[in-house]
Amino acid sequence: MAKRVIVYSTPTCPYCIRLKQFLADNNIEFENLDVSTNEQAAEEMVQKSGQMGVPVLDIDGEIIVGFNRERISKALGLI
Amino acid sequence: MSRVFELIIIGAGPAGITAAVYASRQRLDTLVLTQDVGGQAGISGDIENYTGYQFITGPELVKKFEEHLHKYDIQLKEEEKVIRVSKEDDLCVVKSEKEIYKSKTVIIASGKRSKELNVPGEKEFKNKGLTYCATCDGPLFSKKIVAVIGGGNSALDAALQLIKIAKHVYIINITSQLAGDSIMRQKVTDSNIVTILNDSQVKQVLGDKMVNAIKIRKLQPQRPQIATAETAEEQIIDVQGVFVEIGLIPNSEFTKGIEKNEFGEIKVNSRNETNIRGIFAAGDVTDVPEKQIIIAAGEGSKAALSAFRYLAQSN
Repeated sequence: MAKRVIVYSTPTCPYCIRLKQFLADNNIEFENLDVSTNEQAAEEMVQKSGQMGVPVLDIDGEIIVGFNRERISKALGLI
Repeated sequence: MSRVFELIIIGAGPAGITAAVYASRQRLDTLVLTQDVGGQAGISGDIENYTGYQFITGPELVKKFEEHLHKYDIQLKEEEKVIRVSKEDDLCVVKSEKEIYKSKTVIIASGKRSKELNVPGEKEFKNKGLTYCATCDGPLFSKKIVAVIGGGNSALDAALQLIKIAKHVYIINITSQLAGDSIMRQKVTDSNIVTILNDSQVKQVLGDKMVNAIKIRKLQPQRPQIATAETAEEQIIDVQGVFVEIGLIPNSEFTKGIEKNEFGEIKVNSRNETNIRGIFAAGDVTDVPEKQIIIAAGEGSKAALSAFRYLAQSN
């Protein structure tokens, strides 16, 4: 079964853009939460990751901070 | 023997990408090694001085650069941190954390990175309210009280982004007046939610789980370097966000045997040649005066053409 993938991002952060591009290139469906406009999502992100940097990725509960391609690929079973 | 490229470009900011475009138009067998695409330009806010674009944001301009790059068949490897560049037996050897690459020429366009404050609390609260990227993390501080540390263009850029969303913006500037573009300075001083604290130095970043204050020290304007315990006033300011914008340092540590100036910038001549034949450098990592996106791009094109000429002559 496909994993549930949530991206916490802002529209201006270059790593967020690259992360979303990477997921799209690999045909991974994800839910994008814009923490610059969605305060509840922003709080949720801080709570989950214990920090305020974007992007944050939630892959079935596994939290990955930043665009770490290798960790993300592993968590998604791409490699 | 492993493959030998004609050119390896280190870095994919404005200088590296432009060098790659020029190199591919000269049909050089080129490899680009970089940690990220866009570099400092990618985290710039509003850009109003790149000819042809009256207004564009950093991420948008980088997207344009990248589209231009991908128009050509260029090998680009991201997340490659180069740890050594040297010349051995007439070949350039570029060692990354992952692999060793060889080439006839190299263009170093590795740019600069944010300078750190080196005060207690900085490392502890990194990404916990303290950030080096207003463009990335700024939106998370909407309706909050924030401090921008610095007084130059990048500090003004960060302040201008934050003015749009924050409740209040402090600018903590170590010198007695703000530097940077006068248009940007004007916009910042015109805002009624900005407090500028000149002659002020950050001594500590305070917080619990996240940042909640900074400790600053007022310096004597005439003798900023010799503030003593008696003359210095310390003050705690409550803030939820700290944006460190105190300048940049060149990513040049990995170069061996290449001449640099006192700031660690690689010395180049007007043809972007370093002191080692076949190794060129371009953009913010060099000692070229003025660090601007358009200058970095122009320097990148010059470096690629110099590498092309060098290859033509040595073949």
